[in-house]
This record gives sequence, structure tokens and C-alpha cells, in this order.
Amino acid sequence: MSRLLLLSPLLLFLGLAYLLPLSGVMLQSVTTPEPGLQNYSAALGDPLVWSVIWRTLRVCLCVTVLAVVLAYPLTLLWLKGNTATRVLVELAIMIPFWLSVLSRAFGWLSLLSNRGLINSWLQSLGIIAEPLTMVRNEFGVVIGMMHFLIPFAVFPLASAMRSVDDRVILAARGMGASRMRIFWQIFVPMTKSGIVGAALLVFVFSLGFYIVPTLLGGGRSVMIAELIYLRIFQIPNWGLAAALSALLMVSIGAFLVALIKRAGVSTT
Amino acid sequence: MTGLRPGPFATALAAMTAVFLLLPLLAVIPVSFTPKRFLSLPKDSLSLRHYQALWTKPEWGDAIALSLQVGVTAAILSTLLATAFCMGLWMMRPRFAGVMAGLALLPMVAPPVVSALTLYYFLRTVSNWNSLVVYDGWLGVAVAHTVMVVPYAVVIIMVALSQVDRKIDLAARSMGAPVWTRIFAVILPNIRFGMVSAFLLSFVLSWDEIGVTLFVTSIKAITLPRRMWMGLRDNVDPAVAALSVVLIVLVTIVILGRLIWQNRSPRNSR
Repeated sequence: MSRLLLLSPLLLFLGLAYLLPLSGVMLQSVTTPEPGLQNYSAALGDPLVWSVIWRTLRVCLCVTVLAVVLAYPLTLLWLKGNTATRVLVELAIMIPFWLSVLSRAFGWLSLLSNRGLINSWLQSLGIIAEPLTMVRNEFGVVIGMMHFLIPFAVFPLASAMRSVDDRVILAARGMGASRMRIFWQIFVPMTKSGIVGAALLVFVFSLGFYIVPTLLGGGRSVMIAELIYLRIFQIPNWGLAAALSALLMVSIGAFLVALIKRAGVSTT
Repeated sequence: MTGLRPGPFATALAAMTAVFLLLPLLAVIPVSFTPKRFLSLPKDSLSLRHYQALWTKPEWGDAIALSLQVGVTAAILSTLLATAFCMGLWMMRPRFAGVMAGLALLPMVAPPVVSALTLYYFLRTVSNWNSLVVYDGWLGVAVAHTVMVVPYAVVIIMVALSQVDRKIDLAARSMGAPVWTRIFAVILPNIRFGMVSAFLLSFVLSWDEIGVTLFVTSIKAITLPRRMWMGLRDNVDPAVAALSVVLIVLVTIVILGRLIWQNRSPRNSR
């Protein structure tokens, strides 16, 4: 009795407000406007959808590699630097992390837009005559998404780096290994699980993004999540939006299973 | 301090990344003082008109009030639901606990745009049946936010419960305490910090929520992020810069305060 009273409120709430409508949306992908798989064949037969899928993969891969590569030394400095450095790096990670994504996108817009800080600065110095186009294209999207996702890459990297036994490094140094060798042949392989975890996490997150691409892509470099938004609010097509959602859900589910398997392997 | 120390190259790269992370935050400061009505740098004079607009224009004040209202409601709901649920799992150890936890965490792992579409569909449907929880209404937004933030509350409460010693519950039980005494006199006092954290995180996540809000609101229930979105989308409004500066200052104070508190507490406690 008390078991039901404790467990059921949340299960009922999520069942009614989430699971049921989610099934409804998935069902719509095969029933709207009429039963059948025509939404999927329409989605996968549309060159526009394919160009959006390729762009999504291209941008997300690019963001994943850059975010992990930049987060790695940042995490190293956060954990191993002196006290003052550690506090500064922690602030640089945590303040953007907790700040609204809209404020951050606004910051990038005011830096990168045609009349933004960077362009007006370069023009006043006479380095460029015409403003460089840095937003409303893939460049702006990659910058904005990287900025959002670097903190998310830092956390798995930090937990992997914390678990490296300092004595291993000490032993290697004692046996005369160079700094480069210690880093590349001992430290990086020992933090491999963190690197893979960070990359998968960033990649999965970036696939479902639509706020940053919409603001910094300016409707010119549409990604899959933004396409779903547009298919609901600009050119309403419920069936197609539902089919795209199902495809996105399945591909992200596959990556998550890979992520969990990976974590399971590394802990045993 | 032994172990690996970052070399000059790694330090330089890390410093560049740190600057990259802080750059857009610094960029909004000069923009917020522009005397003009569009995105620009102040040239001859500084102006506080955009800060003033946050106070005087009702659209910003209303949005802040609505975000507070929605955030507090969503945080209360998500903390209560998550606490009851986690205690149920912890005390009863029911069958299918894994499946139940999976359902509770689903909105966190599903792509946000799919959750947004789902909640849009949900609110559009229930709008036909009731006039309280509706599309583009504040309670509808609060319910949608609760769905999105409750997984985080569940994770925090689970962690808090995993640190509670089962023996104290066992002792209470063996002395014949009924379930409700065990809950209110034994377990809840032990996870109160977890509950406070769950409430605060739920509030912050709801306060910042835009992905779902964009789908479930249109003209009436304008939360603060939704208002900011309008200020960014239509034509860039420097009031967003002023607001961002205020938010940056708030976040910085909280994080610095936490850092100071953290560095002091190991000596004070234990």
C-alpha cells in the first residue's frame, strides 16, 4: 500500500504527461495523414532532409573533436595547476556552464556578427575592408555549440584523470621517461575511458541541439532538430516531424546504448 | 604534489580555451552600455537605458515574475515527486526497479527537441479537456518544466539516499515504527540537504529552460528565456545584454560564494 503511494505519483505523472504523448507522437509518424510508412519514405527520399542529416553529422563530429581536444588540457590545468590557476579555470568552466544558453548565444552574436565587436575592431585597424561573415553559417554554429559543450566534456575527463594513480607517473619519471613520453604513452592511454565517454556525451548532446544552431545559424544552416521545429511551426507537417523525431530518438538511443556498454566494460 | 604537471604547450592551449569560454560573457558588458536601440558598441557616451528598461518596461518584469512562479512550482513538484519515488525505490526495493528508474530518467536522455514535441502534443491535447493545465498557460509550462527537470531531482535524491545508512531504518523498523514514522522521522531528516539541492537545481533548470518552453508557449505565457529569445530573434535588443550582465553577476557571486564556502568547510566540519 505505502509502496504504491510512494512510487505511483511520479510514475503516473510521467506516464501521463510524457510516455503516453511520446507514444502518441511516435504513432503519428505512421498514421498521419494516413496509415503507412510514407512519412519515413518521404523523409528519407527528400534531398533536403539528407543535406540536413549530413550537415548535422558534419557539424556534430567537428564540434565533438574540437570540444574534447580543447577540454583535455583545460581539465589537466583544472586538476593539476596551482591553487590560483585552479580557481581561475574553475570559474571559466562553471560561470558559462550555469549561465543561460541565450546569454551565451547573445555574447557570440555581439562578437561575431557583421557589426559585432570583432568585425568593427578589425575594420578600425584597417585589417579588413569588408566584414567577415562569422554567424548565420556553420562557423558560427560550431563556435556556439563548442562553447556550450566544452564544460560537458570536462566532467568525464576530470573523473578519468582523477583516477590515474600519481605513483604510476612517478615510477615512469623515476625510470627516466621524458615528459612527452609520460603524457602520450602513459597518461593519455590511462584516461582513454574519459576521452571516449566525453566524446560520446558531447556527440549525443549535439545531435539534439536546436537553440544554438537556430540563433547562430540564422536559418541558413539548419540541423535535424531545428528541422523538426520548423516542420511544426513554419510549414506544419506533423507526420514528417514525428518521423524525424523517431529517427533522431533511435539514433541517439543507439549511441546511448554504446555509451552505457562502454561504461559497463570500463568498470568491470 | 606529485603526478603529471601540464607543460607550457598544454597550459597555453588551456588558457586559450578558458579565454574562449569567458569571451562571449565579457563581450556583452560593453554592448549593454550602448545608448543606441540596436546591437552596437558605445562610441561617445555610455548609457544605462537598457538596464532601466529591465525595470520600467513591464514586459521584462512580467517575464521575470512568470519565470519565478513557474520555476518555484516546477521545483516544488519535482522535489516532492522525486523524493517520494526515490524513497519508494530505496525502502521497498520493488521488482522492476530498473525499469521504473529508466522511465523517471527518460526525459533527461531523450533529445530535447523530441521531448519538446511530446509536451507540445500533450498540452495541445489536454487543453481540450481542462482549462487549468493548458498550452500557453503558466501551469502548463510548469507541468512541462516538471517533466524535464524531475530526472535531475531523482538523480540527486538517489545519491543522497545512497549515503544513508540502511541500519538506522532497519533499527526503526525492528522497534516497530510504522512506515510513515520511518519516512518522516528517520529518512527525510537524513536527506534534507539532498532535497534542498534537488529543489535548487530544479528551479535553476526551469528558470533557464528554453527548448521546451519555445514549443509550449506562444503569446501569453512568456517566461524570461522566452522573452530573451524574442529579443534575439526578431531584431537584437541590447536589453538582452543588460539582462545577461545581471545574470552573469548573479552566477559569478553564487559560484564564488560556493568556492569560498567549500574551501572553508573542511576545516570547520569534522
